[in-house]
Amino acid sequence: MAYDPFKSASSARTLSAPPSASDYLKDATFRAFAYFCALSILLLVGYIVFELGSQAMPAIKTHGLGFVTGTTWDTNEEVFGVLPEIWGTLYSSLLALLIGGGLGVGIAIFLTQGFVHAKIEVTFRTIIELLAAIPSVVYGLWGIYVLIPLLRPGAEWLHEKLGWFPLFGTELSGPGLAPAALVLAIMILPTVAAISADAFRRIPYKVKEAAYGMGATKWEVILKVMLPTASSGILAGMVLGFGRALGETMALAMLIGNVNNISVSLFAPANTLASLLASTFPEAGQMEIQALMYAALVLLVITFIVNVAGLAVQQYTMRKFEGKK
Amino acid sequence: MNNQSELDTFIADKYEPQGPVVLDCQVNNIYYGDFRAVRDTNIPVEKNKVTGFIGPSGCGKSTVLRSMNRMNDLIDSFRFDGQIHYHNQDIYSKKVDAVVVRRYIGMVFQLPNPFSMSIYDNVAFGLRLNRFKGDEEEMVVRALERAAIWNDVKDKLNNSGLSLSGGQQQRLCIARAIATEPDVLLMDEPCSALDPIATRQIEELMIELKQHYSVALVTHNMQQATRVADVTAFMGVDISKGGRTGHLVEMGDTQQIFEDPRQKLTQAYVRGEFS
Amino acid sequence: MNHLDEQVLPPQFDLPSLERNAFEWRALKNTLLTGFVWLLAVIASIPLFSVIYMLVVEGGARLDLEAITALPPAGFEMGGGFGNAIVGTLVMVGIAAAISIPLGTMAAIYLAILDPSSKLATTSRFLAKVLTGFPSILAGVFIYAVLVVTTGTYSAWAGGVALAVLMLPTVTLAAEEAMKQVPQKMKDAAFGMGCTNTQVIMKVVLPTGLPGILTGVILAVAGAAGESAPLLFTALFSNYYMAELAEPTASLSILIYNFSGMPFDNQIELAWAASLVLVMIVLIFNVLARVVGKSKFKD
Repeated sequence: MAYDPFKSASSARTLSAPPSASDYLKDATFRAFAYFCALSILLLVGYIVFELGSQAMPAIKTHGLGFVTGTTWDTNEEVFGVLPEIWGTLYSSLLALLIGGGLGVGIAIFLTQGFVHAKIEVTFRTIIELLAAIPSVVYGLWGIYVLIPLLRPGAEWLHEKLGWFPLFGTELSGPGLAPAALVLAIMILPTVAAISADAFRRIPYKVKEAAYGMGATKWEVILKVMLPTASSGILAGMVLGFGRALGETMALAMLIGNVNNISVSLFAPANTLASLLASTFPEAGQMEIQALMYAALVLLVITFIVNVAGLAVQQYTMRKFEGKK
Repeated sequence: MNNQSELDTFIADKYEPQGPVVLDCQVNNIYYGDFRAVRDTNIPVEKNKVTGFIGPSGCGKSTVLRSMNRMNDLIDSFRFDGQIHYHNQDIYSKKVDAVVVRRYIGMVFQLPNPFSMSIYDNVAFGLRLNRFKGDEEEMVVRALERAAIWNDVKDKLNNSGLSLSGGQQQRLCIARAIATEPDVLLMDEPCSALDPIATRQIEELMIELKQHYSVALVTHNMQQATRVADVTAFMGVDISKGGRTGHLVEMGDTQQIFEDPRQKLTQAYVRGEFS
Repeated sequence: MNHLDEQVLPPQFDLPSLERNAFEWRALKNTLLTGFVWLLAVIASIPLFSVIYMLVVEGGARLDLEAITALPPAGFEMGGGFGNAIVGTLVMVGIAAAISIPLGTMAAIYLAILDPSSKLATTSRFLAKVLTGFPSILAGVFIYAVLVVTTGTYSAWAGGVALAVLMLPTVTLAAEEAMKQVPQKMKDAAFGMGCTNTQVIMKVVLPTGLPGILTGVILAVAGAAGESAPLLFTALFSNYYMAELAEPTASLSILIYNFSGMPFDNQIELAWAASLVLVMIVLIFNVLARVVGKSKFKD
């Protein structure tokens, strides 16, 4: 029973009673359990890093850093290098960021700066949210049967007329960087748009008021005041969107062609770390699995760095307007 | 007015309670982190009386009140140096669980804070918490009647507590607090968000409540203190040395504090020279 | 810029016209830029409508009772469906939800209420955010190493646990956010009456924050239902209805992935139909999340 010196001393009519022993037991158990659950996130991340690391260890010992700079992936010769995949991962994500990021910021401005009636705003916001809800494989399927056929005539024309230009250096034979990057752009657009819109909404109304009060036009307010003020939030959205693009798997495995190839041409097939894992893992032998674990570790490190950077920028933005704690 | 250096070391005269004391509050210091919010404040809360706390904003009157049922324990940086005796037991003793303290010493907050459940469940909440064995419905009705809200809500006991108006919500919160008949009731500016009519009703309620309970009332409204409080404690604040440490300036019979204050600071405050 | 300076100049003798001139550069630029953001918004919505159109036309054409009950066809076979994949997806999402929802909600309770500023809470919160940006295929690789290799078989268990790894941070963060929305004064009221921490949480915070928590949880479930990368080599695929949880299991997303690359029209049509079903499952959860979220308490 709880220590309760009050019952006898307090007035006789009070109905107050201390918590029962079972209340205390429940409280202690409940708190211990919650503590353990919070701890489990920490343990999970630790376990993931440890497991991937130890699985990749044999491959790290065999291939060393040459793994990251090698350009061949040959199971029979047991030569493994992921430079083309690293290149493809970064290149496709960067292209996606260029397109999806630009669109995302535009949409964020569109949604938050009073261009549309509240009802239309809700409609567009729903559209963006639905865009994020569509599964990756469905985008892959759409990419194969809608986007690639749609791109082909344009790509051929560009290659014929401007083939000397490295970006259009090869023909689009089907899957390749361009469709992959476009689908990636659609997939990261909601992330960028949501975080940027949030950054715009965080700007105190008085800032906007002050700018309008000086006689600036709507676009002068947006471009010269709102955009710079929200810039760190937009940057955070961009970086987190980039991180998402780096790790995206299925749509890319279906659209990028899965060819070990380093090329700047938008129409060349390529490969990414994630789609290498997706396409090779199921049929891999032991040696190759170890190499794939190494590739997974490389992907983990890259996305970890990018995500932490994005979160740091986001944190900075929040502090900027909410005052440091 | 006293000059700054005098104020800084000023300690109020001891107030001699005339009746039995329920809650004897002796604060040496209250800190939030490095910030000293309150110093040297002794306020005995007497049985079946309303003890009013008045003073300018930032003088720590709410802090002292919230220390009396250990609500401040919820703030990480809070540190209490002193003793608060409830029936001769120090509630800050290591052996005492804050949860138990709060069951005997109820609280009504500045802003009405009903739970998002039905009006009935709001009032029955405390009874269930304390495993009340008798007729729950009877107790709920009684609490609502005493909080002068029964007529407003008797037909809609199953509506959400949040559906009521601000004044009704506050009375619901009072009903919730008195349903378990706690020994002491702490009220932290309970009328600050209310209109004059609701305020008047709650003041009448407080006068009625003191027949059964002992009430400690923080108010920013001096007229309210004169209308309701039997004993009044006036707290001031040191603003020297860049700090803002509150402390007791004078405590006494309400009539004496308002009509014949001993301290110049009290006099200036009750005349409305600062607030 | 100069046009801002113009505003500050002292008034001229002949007052400038205050009327707007539509062909003035400033006004023209405004119109152009406004048109431009409208264009961006429209461009961004094209893919969604195109996807929906294709799903309805291509997938709708093939969506019948056979498609949602029959087993996947082999190479040149006609007909068939993906009944086993629907079951597999639902079962694995169920396993993932059963693991991640209690764990995530309890973790959120710790993060939001029990000790929000402790070291453990700040670290866990940070790692949960990092985990949400974690490539989903890595969850598959991880569970492959932890469960598939050790048990020696691909299984619905492994698939479900891989999805749970992805859901856990989402559920935790969403539930924490929802619990933080419960006004402090309500928690104060409960503490002030002498509730233990557990009683405050169970009697006040959870009931009050429930709509928000449910919204987050349902969205996490919707996301998991659409995932495929983590299932690739944890659940693998199967051409038969599942008989037990410890065997390779079909899922809609893997079926779409497998069929999309096949040179047979029948399989491709089924991939569209399966996509339609998958998107409908995801959308139903999304709509549900919205409906639940609307019944929010008012402050």
